[in-house]
Amino acid sequence: MRLISAYLIGLIFGVGIAVSGMMNPAKVLNFFDFAGSWDPSLIFVMAGGLVVATLGYRFVLPRPAPLLGERFMLPQTRAIDARLIGGSAVFGIGWGLSGFCPGGALPALGTGKLDVYVFVAAVVAGILLAKMLNRIGSRPAALSKA
Amino acid sequence: METVFTPWQSLGGGVLIGTAAVLLMLTLGRIMGATGILAGLVTPVSRDDFAWRLAILLGMVSGPLAVMAVTGRMPEIVVPGSPALLIIGGLIVGVGVTFGSGCTSGHGICGMARFSKRSIAATLVFMATTTATVFIVRHVVGA
Repeated sequence: MRLISAYLIGLIFGVGIAVSGMMNPAKVLNFFDFAGSWDPSLIFVMAGGLVVATLGYRFVLPRPAPLLGERFMLPQTRAIDARLIGGSAVFGIGWGLSGFCPGGALPALGTGKLDVYVFVAAVVAGILLAKMLNRIGSRPAALSKA
Repeated sequence: METVFTPWQSLGGGVLIGTAAVLLMLTLGRIMGATGILAGLVTPVSRDDFAWRLAILLGMVSGPLAVMAVTGRMPEIVVPGSPALLIIGGLIVGVGVTFGSGCTSGHGICGMARFSKRSIAATLVFMATTTATVFIVRHVVGA
């Protein structure tokens, strides 16, 4: 039941991404090109997604628990720190260079286009690299505490 | 390169993305973030955790195929940059979303919909650096 729900929800997301234009780098990059061939479409994606999610969460989150799970898994971190800001700044640079963001690229794998597989493989490598840097970065801190 | 302005399709697509986010919270109690889903598949914490992430990924991948089944056309993907730019961009995206704990779907839609200050800050920052990057690539370097 959990897996069937997850599959169908992924399908709704994937159709949404495909219909919206978010899986097309040419369109995504034009949204950010105010000084050139600006295409404002993506503001409509954001608006549609935010209105539905904001209203929906208002009904869902006050419930005692999700239908098929024990509890709502919400991020507990509150701090706006250098990691969050630096990481997000870096993500934007990669998005601007490639035109793909993870939410656009994962459904785009279904088109079978080689470009998408190249990009997603690079993202996976980047995630592994960041996790490695994380471990190296946390070692001196652990030592100094000891 | 010009692209066609598609307000209605984009709004409809956005509504579906938001609907998926609400349904995932309602059923599994999870944030609909592409970064989190992918990272959890790369470094899984348990079999059950891996399984729902794989199921949702398979659903996502079926999305464009479902669109083709209905409309008869695969959604368009035009990559303006070179393969090298895709690889460098992908690596940078992977590092950035790991340290930034999320991307467009997790912070931009789900986080902002919960009025999370972290997500609002993250979204403002990445929208700004994306805009700056596109400006530099297209108008300063002059691709």
